[in-house]
Amino acid sequence: MSTIATADVGHHGGTEPHGDHHHHELGFWQKYVFSTDHKVIGLQYGITGLSFLFFGFLLMLVMRWQLANPGAAVPVVGAFLRSVFGETVMTDAGALTAAGYNVFGAMHGTIMVFFGVVPVAVAGFGNYVVPLQIGAPDMAFPKLNMASFWCFFTSCVIMTGSFFVKGSAAKSGWTAYPPLAGIADLEGGSLWLNGQTIWLIAMVFNITGSLLGSINFITTIIQLRAPGLTWMRLPFFVWAQFVTAFLLVLAFPPLEAAGFMQLTDRVLGTSFFMPTGLMVGQTVAQTWSGGGSPILWQHLFWFLAHPEVYVLILPAIGIVSEIVANNTRKPLYGYKAMVYSVFTLGFLSFIVWAHHMYMTGMGAKVAAFFQVTTIMISVPSVILLTALLLSLWGGSIRFNTPMLFATAFLPMFGIGGLTGIPLAFNAVDLFLHDTYYVIAHFHYVVAPGTIFGLFAGVYFWYPKVTGRKMSEFLGKVHFWGSLVFINGLFFPMFLQGMAGVHRRWYDGGVTYEQLAGPVLHWNKVMTASAGLLALFQLVFIFNFFTSWRIGKKVGRNPWDATTLDWDTPTPPPHGNFEKPVEVFRGPYEYSVPGHPTDFHPQSQRD
Amino acid sequence: MSNLITKYFPFFTDKEVPHTVSARPDTGLYSAKLGIWLFLASEVMLFGGLFSAYIFLRIGSEPGYWPAGLLNVPVGTMNTAILIVSSITVVMAWAALKMRQLGKYKLYMLVTILCGLIFLTVKLSYEWPAKFNHFGVFIKKEAASKYEDFLGNKHLQEAGQNPRWEISGHLLDAPKGSHYAHQAEHNAEHFGHETGRHDAVTPAEDDYVIQLDAVNANPTDKNNDRPHFWPVPMSTKLAVISAADVESASVFAPRHSTYFATYFLITGLHGLHVLGGILVFLYLWLPFPGGTKLYKTNPEHLANRVEIAGLFWHFVDLVWIFVFPIFYLL
Repeated sequence: MSTIATADVGHHGGTEPHGDHHHHELGFWQKYVFSTDHKVIGLQYGITGLSFLFFGFLLMLVMRWQLANPGAAVPVVGAFLRSVFGETVMTDAGALTAAGYNVFGAMHGTIMVFFGVVPVAVAGFGNYVVPLQIGAPDMAFPKLNMASFWCFFTSCVIMTGSFFVKGSAAKSGWTAYPPLAGIADLEGGSLWLNGQTIWLIAMVFNITGSLLGSINFITTIIQLRAPGLTWMRLPFFVWAQFVTAFLLVLAFPPLEAAGFMQLTDRVLGTSFFMPTGLMVGQTVAQTWSGGGSPILWQHLFWFLAHPEVYVLILPAIGIVSEIVANNTRKPLYGYKAMVYSVFTLGFLSFIVWAHHMYMTGMGAKVAAFFQVTTIMISVPSVILLTALLLSLWGGSIRFNTPMLFATAFLPMFGIGGLTGIPLAFNAVDLFLHDTYYVIAHFHYVVAPGTIFGLFAGVYFWYPKVTGRKMSEFLGKVHFWGSLVFINGLFFPMFLQGMAGVHRRWYDGGVTYEQLAGPVLHWNKVMTASAGLLALFQLVFIFNFFTSWRIGKKVGRNPWDATTLDWDTPTPPPHGNFEKPVEVFRGPYEYSVPGHPTDFHPQSQRD
Repeated sequence: MSNLITKYFPFFTDKEVPHTVSARPDTGLYSAKLGIWLFLASEVMLFGGLFSAYIFLRIGSEPGYWPAGLLNVPVGTMNTAILIVSSITVVMAWAALKMRQLGKYKLYMLVTILCGLIFLTVKLSYEWPAKFNHFGVFIKKEAASKYEDFLGNKHLQEAGQNPRWEISGHLLDAPKGSHYAHQAEHNAEHFGHETGRHDAVTPAEDDYVIQLDAVNANPTDKNNDRPHFWPVPMSTKLAVISAADVESASVFAPRHSTYFATYFLITGLHGLHVLGGILVFLYLWLPFPGGTKLYKTNPEHLANRVEIAGLFWHFVDLVWIFVFPIFYLL
């Protein structure tokens, strides 16, 4: 062990510059693997999360191929997929099976939400940027931070591993609704080593990691703000992360409890979620005690999963706010209104969950309550979006790559949000629920919404992390390609959905041609768009890795920004700041009349 | 050795992050204190999820399927008292540290640890095992009249009570092929030894023979309509139940009913928390670098650690204060 580690120090650790001026030299393992430095952990989270985003996207590509060309072998990689995923998922000819479609669907949702967007948006950007923006040397609990990442990493290994057990990974959707999820993968399989059980175990690790991380965020923001950094001087990104962390701390534990319950339902024969007298096939399949309630799972699940939607979107709004203020060269319009809105949003997000459950017949009174709260929550959301739109007004906007993504975020998130309002109404939802309309709605929120925000953030903070800018040209190619084809991918889903195309049809609606006929041809358009969208992501990946070595070198504040994160050396050393920081003003003092430059950093006395 | 640990397991090394020991002036808190309160908030939501599942399932259960009075109330009361005492002693331990009285600290901490251990021992050596050797049979509704002598549903109806569908006690004979056969054999031997009645009945191949609980032995006795504080001894009366009349049958394990599923999940998770608390206390009580050794270099830091571990311990007690009534009394 010691000889290996020593060799590693020689190869990597020895040549890298290190800013740890008050500690002994750290070895390779300490510095890059078992690191307690918030920046390294942020990168670990970010890179793991980005990889999972791409993986989840590729799963979706295979599904889209199947939807446009039902039963046809996947071109080029069909045989490869057959050898990797096995006979449950792919036919010998290399086409996706029905079970495989369910596997990919469940894992696409799970991976994108819990292993992709949250790790990048919350843990990645949050870990890297929040301590820098508040002028802290690290997170409040560095060891806990590392524990959080390794909990998450364990969950990644377990979840990925579940593809390779008999019967492949979970097939019951990312929502894991019982009673289906209670009996799935158990027939003829192992009690523990099957897709759904492993899904639950992986989720328990994922949730634990997320809890440890969010406790750390809140404590850090409250305890480690630099002197002078009062609450209303916090950059909006920090506010967004603060509220997000509260959502995670309070909403995730009930799902963890529900996860334990579903686990015991599956392995111990309890029936928290399994009703009495459930028929499976032609027979009463009762190997459990009965008396459980599938609706209970839905309540516990959506109690997390609705706040989770805001966990996905708030960090992106935070990133976009930073970039909009920086590139319009003016303060955010209505900063305080935005802060109060994000709090209201956070609070309301806890009392809207059952609008996902109108179809369960939970009763008109309950539905009416959740209908009202759901409409209420659109108010703070609209305030946030409006404030950002008004921030553009009268600005001399610099359209660099981060700003392009940030600007596109606004209408894209707008479409996603506004198409959600019809779904809030019970009567309309009964028709639209389970159609592609819902898929289009939330993908507009999280794909051209959140993920565009994340891209904006990557282009924006990349110079801080690496000391080099990503290529502007490639960035613009990436942006325009993504913008066109992501709309080509998701917009037709609204048309299909309003025509009644069900969102879980394995053949894309061919069986129901009577109904879906007039909108079936959109499948080809969407699949082609998805493929082209993937090509443009390759541009990003290429740009991301090559710029690390050959990008344009920049100083510590390449964007002429005002917040504290641009005050550190680039890249920031261990401990972040060279001297104690103090804050003298609000976060977005751009174009202040009488000031010699058009930006006035928070840390500058005058 | 310690150099090797810090080299390869850096999570044991310390970082210079402000407010780990001293309070931040404007918040008045050191970071760990805020952290533990946030952690407890998430714990409230975790147990809150489980307790709401309890309410949801209990309200939704069919009449007669949610038992009452199965748990030993005096033992539960004793365990409650033990936890409350430990909550007091852990505060005394913290106060002793604040007054820089290491000897007293060690004593109070020892009492706290012992209380925790007694609680767990009672749970694991008596309460849980007693359930695993207790057998319950739910009778099919259409066959219930055959077992009226053990169920007493006419009486319960007159008394305005929920019906009873379950016959419980010690299993003395299981149908052929049942995986409870071994337990039944063991119980039958014990029963014969106690009462001198060997081969009291000669059941058919697919019969359950159960040594009845008092409530099934005298189902029409008014005293049995309500749960008892002091547990009532088992009767020596036997019931023979045909497997054809049985809806489901198992020991009082999680799979027995949603009641026991909830009981074992909540008390199990609570027990894990008790165990976690004990381990942390042991760490703070023994001469580890972060334990009593820390007293020499930074007694305030050790006091802070005891304070946040104590806050966690109070929470664990508080959960029990909810667990005790909902399972033992209601």
